[in-house]
Amino acid sequence: MRDVSIIGIGQTPVGEHWDKSLRELGFQALHAAMNDSGVERVDALYVGNMLSGELTGQEHLGALIADFAGLRGIEAIKVEAACGSGAAALRVGYMAVASGLHDIVACVGVEKMTDQQSDTVTSALATAADAEYEALQGLSFVSINALLMRRYMHEYGYKKEDFANFAITAHANAMNNPYAMFHTPITREQFATAKPIADPINLLDSSPIADGAACVILAPTAIAKEFTGKPVRVRAMAIATDTLAIHDRRDPLYLEGGAISAQKAYAMANVGPSDIDLFEVHDAFTIMSALSLEAAGFAPRGQGVRLAMEGEIGLNGRIPITTMGGLKARGHPVGATGMYQIVEVVEQLREEAGANQVKNARLGMAQNIGGSGATVVTTILERL
Amino acid sequence: MEVARFWRTTGQRYRLTGEVCPNCGKPIFPPRDVCPVCTKEARTPFTFSGKGEVYSYSTIHVPPQGFERFAPYTVALVRLAEGPLVTAQLTDVDEAEVYIGMPVEMVTRVLREDGERGMLVYGYKFRPARPVRDDAPKSAAEPAHVSETVPDAPAEVGPSAAQVAMASATA
Ligand SMILES: [Zn+2]
Repeated sequence: MRDVSIIGIGQTPVGEHWDKSLRELGFQALHAAMNDSGVERVDALYVGNMLSGELTGQEHLGALIADFAGLRGIEAIKVEAACGSGAAALRVGYMAVASGLHDIVACVGVEKMTDQQSDTVTSALATAADAEYEALQGLSFVSINALLMRRYMHEYGYKKEDFANFAITAHANAMNNPYAMFHTPITREQFATAKPIADPINLLDSSPIADGAACVILAPTAIAKEFTGKPVRVRAMAIATDTLAIHDRRDPLYLEGGAISAQKAYAMANVGPSDIDLFEVHDAFTIMSALSLEAAGFAPRGQGVRLAMEGEIGLNGRIPITTMGGLKARGHPVGATGMYQIVEVVEQLREEAGANQVKNARLGMAQNIGGSGATVVTTILERL
Repeated sequence: MEVARFWRTTGQRYRLTGEVCPNCGKPIFPPRDVCPVCTKEARTPFTFSGKGEVYSYSTIHVPPQGFERFAPYTVALVRLAEGPLVTAQLTDVDEAEVYIGMPVEMVTRVLREDGERGMLVYGYKFRPARPVRDDAPKSAAEPAHVSETVPDAPAEVGPSAAQVAMASATA
């Protein structure tokens, strides 16, 4: 197996892009990443996307974006794993380069959500859950996370306010990310009094619906320096799965897929949680940050929220998370999110994170979660 | 909901019929073809009692399409007496009265409506468990069995007598 590195990154601002179509967004990120790496052609394109069929009436994104980008003829396919689609597309690209089948590969994550009314988007997002046993009962995706949060608070004795720092930290970090959707800090008071969506989850526990696209270019590490002075190596990567429905889990409060994928990635990289300098969590909801931190071994079970309460998740904390705003404040264009996480870890490892730079960052990790934990992709990146 | 899909899933939606694993004896709901515990084939039907308790709950203020007229409504994970968790709506209860550990029982209700011409989909919901008292006098406040089964159905698109009978017979 060949060693693989990221030689270029690109992203669009996250937000409401009423002036841009799905294909334009995908191309914009791809074009930026190709420019960043200096490549003029790629051998293959893998497009991570969740909802183009539901929200745009358009599938077949591999060929669509390849053609739109002037790459007609290359291998190109769409990869789908709900909100884990972005990192899942990276996984396919990684396998293609590692195996030796392709040398230069582009992985794009793209999502277009804001053309539709919010009830349409709410229904579309519910397709990440079990259609016959969760969605048919009237559960929204938010409410599934709310069931987890309520039980977590009950079992471990937390109050709603204890989760506030996840959202506050994300918003603070997004202030210095020009690509982030929100550039507004929030207060504990605002967090406590935000509009309820599905109790106990309110608006400020939740990441926003958004449009956006992000892209990375992969190459064998052996030739990466021909393209960039700052290649970032994919030190390890693993996907694990769990049940779609939380009622089918052995323990709904344990992200088994998160734990398995993290353990596999740690084993492959021969490192542990204490070696990781920053961690991009999938903070679709504040409860997911807590569960992901626990599954990845940064906190014992039931203690993930403590990292937030004790300020350990800030840029100078024990384990900085959501360093460029996370899903909460950078925004959550679902199928693109996993690729944004990777792009942001690369920014940190290339020391291009500006005011949000984590000092001496050498190893960065991202965990991209599909559904409420049914697909979890853990990636460990290393500065070369 | 598509007619064939509706028909295919009536057993589980009307009667909480799942399976029991012939290998390890684990009761399984919703039904699946492979036992999640021992991974052996499991196709022996098993009908659950419908009794359980609330494991977690949430009140939905922003509903998905097809559920607008119920909002706000409370959904729950219910731990069935036989072991499995099931996801369902709670009914006949004030949100403020719900608590983790509350005993509940299954009833058959309208789950959703697919527009003006679409199907009314019936299925399980859970309500606070009522103690069985054979000696209790029938009070006027106690609703008749048939109307009790489908109070969520709007008057203008109310179910036919046959639908009500079908639902109540299987509740
Ligand atoms: Zn079994």
